[in-house]
Amino acid sequence: MVVGLKSLVLKRSLWLFHFGGASCNNCDIEILDCLTPRHDVERFGMLLVGSPRHADVILVNGSINKRDRERLLEVYDQAAKPVLVVAIGACGCTGGIFAEGNTFAGPVDKIIPVDAYIPGCPPKPEAILAGIVKLVQSKFGSL
Amino acid sequence: MEQTKIIPIGPYHPLQEEPELFKLYCEGEIVKDIKWETGYNHRGIEKLSEQKSFDQVFFLVERICGICSTSHPFAFANAMEEIGGIEVPDRAKYIRTIIAELERIHSHLLWVGLAGHFLGYNTVFMWAWKYREPVLDLFEAITGNRNSYAMFKIGGVRRDIPNAMMGNIRAAMDVLKKNADLLTGAVMDDPVIHARTKGVGVLSQQDILDYAAVGPTARASGIAMDIRADDPYAAYPLVNWKVITAQAGDVFAKAEVRLLEMYESISIIEQCLSKMEHEAEGSTAVKVWEIPEGMGTGRAEAPRGEVFHFVLTDGSNSPVRHKIRAPSYVNIATFRKSCIGQTIADATISLAAVDPCYCCTERLAVAYDLTGKRRLYTGSELLLLSQQKTLALR
Amino acid sequence: MKKEEYSKQIAARYPDHILGIEAIRPRRVTIDISPDIIRDIAGYLYSELKFRFIIASALHTRAGIEIHYHFSHDPSGFIYNIHTILDPNQAEIDSLSSLFSGADWIEREMHEILGIVFRGHPKLEKLISEGNWAEGVYPYRKEY
Repeated sequence: MVVGLKSLVLKRSLWLFHFGGASCNNCDIEILDCLTPRHDVERFGMLLVGSPRHADVILVNGSINKRDRERLLEVYDQAAKPVLVVAIGACGCTGGIFAEGNTFAGPVDKIIPVDAYIPGCPPKPEAILAGIVKLVQSKFGSL
Repeated sequence: MEQTKIIPIGPYHPLQEEPELFKLYCEGEIVKDIKWETGYNHRGIEKLSEQKSFDQVFFLVERICGICSTSHPFAFANAMEEIGGIEVPDRAKYIRTIIAELERIHSHLLWVGLAGHFLGYNTVFMWAWKYREPVLDLFEAITGNRNSYAMFKIGGVRRDIPNAMMGNIRAAMDVLKKNADLLTGAVMDDPVIHARTKGVGVLSQQDILDYAAVGPTARASGIAMDIRADDPYAAYPLVNWKVITAQAGDVFAKAEVRLLEMYESISIIEQCLSKMEHEAEGSTAVKVWEIPEGMGTGRAEAPRGEVFHFVLTDGSNSPVRHKIRAPSYVNIATFRKSCIGQTIADATISLAAVDPCYCCTERLAVAYDLTGKRRLYTGSELLLLSQQKTLALR
Repeated sequence: MKKEEYSKQIAARYPDHILGIEAIRPRRVTIDISPDIIRDIAGYLYSELKFRFIIASALHTRAGIEIHYHFSHDPSGFIYNIHTILDPNQAEIDSLSSLFSGADWIEREMHEILGIVFRGHPKLEKLISEGNWAEGVYPYRKEY
């Protein structure tokens, strides 16, 4: 189902860092779901890491409020470049239904550069994986 | 001058997906005080609600929290139907109840997984989330989405559960029962889990009353409170089930309550399906033309406890005021009682034991920022409590 | 019926401060009070009648700054809304946090969104607004 994963395995393992902004958690749960046996992203060498310094890819979800904005910038600064940023979910992409809220300070691409958008509310784990793979393929080329 | 370390369990902690900032002030390994900083998840939902029509509000409140995404629309619907004096058709009551109980199952499984993860039992995490998948598949089959189901509207539900689908649901429940047996056995009989959770994070009955805590957090301290029984709504008074309590008030008791509640949920779903077969297919909602001026206080028993919605209307199509109180708002505050005096490693599981849903609490996202260098004796730098450390303390 | 008992009891205890009692629905009662009695009445509901504090809802209307304190009597499923109105130019009321810790956070939040001062609250500091809106701004206040 996921195209091009062989090339991924042969290239490198991807370390993912997850930043949850002002979100409802659906996307966070679906991202975490990618680790679980049904989707099992670890067999492709993708790991969720605890520090942005180790990250190859930063997954950002949630609408970003004013308080998160500073944190997001810090996280991005800390990551060793080059790093890919993926905006996940309707909130990550555009702020979703919270974009009209009085504390909204996003969307993500107004704060840090975004390399890929995975829309959905929430996007299914398959969609998340497919999105990440598509991104990696486009950046590092396919075999 | 006492030596105090500050260990922030900061935003973006790998153990907690939601952003939230707890600063633990420690002496040696013991937690002496806790400060909780919030505001990272604030989305201004109550204010947004005033700008939306009632029907739109359902989509908004559903996304307060992904895990309890049924409970908020449920409480809101109860509030609105109170204002309008609206009686929902029986079939809709059964459907609402089924969705709510499926959500309880998936939420408790999620919690068991996360708790296992916090304790370093990644097998428990993987199993629990694996067994959760069929529940999400059911949701997708019934509602079209694994999370955020858009099933509620004023007067009933948006979609029917056709009788033809009941076989699938029943089959899934049978499988779930077996898996729940496996999981319950693994968790409740494991001596290391006993060692890590018994006597840890204890909340006394007085603590519960003082903080006005609700849900499994309260029931694990022996207080038999459950909105489904106390202020019955939907199909709960039409089926047989019991309120689960435990006495010890510790993390183990909270786990016990959640695990046993899953069995009650399965039973409720099965009973609802049987009764629903006698209701005409398609009678899923009554038509509601307008909502009069008034005040509604609606509540529902979410997996974490009582969700409360207060709505004021003025005859127009939008709320004048919509106050939302999620169970975590009162439950999280109990950390002052459950975590102080514990070791740092135990603080994590004590915090997790109330099943905190920060997104419900703040309607603000509390995000943890995994930045910061370690500094001792000072206030503001953030430290990461790493998963390694927790695992090492197992 | 339990409903009648509690309303009558409450009315009997605070005859001069109760401005109205309304039972609009089964298991829902609203009691209008003058603000000065809030601490007494909340203490009575919590300690003697064993009600549970659910939350408080505050809003700004033409009548003033209104607060509904919602209490639940779990055995009967009743919700009692204790309702009071404050002058927007001097929105002050006694804090309930010394009676039960469950009032602590919501009073801080009401302070942030509407500028209500809760007298006697140990630390009326920010809960949700840090970084999200400016000091002295009360986003839920309206222009009337």
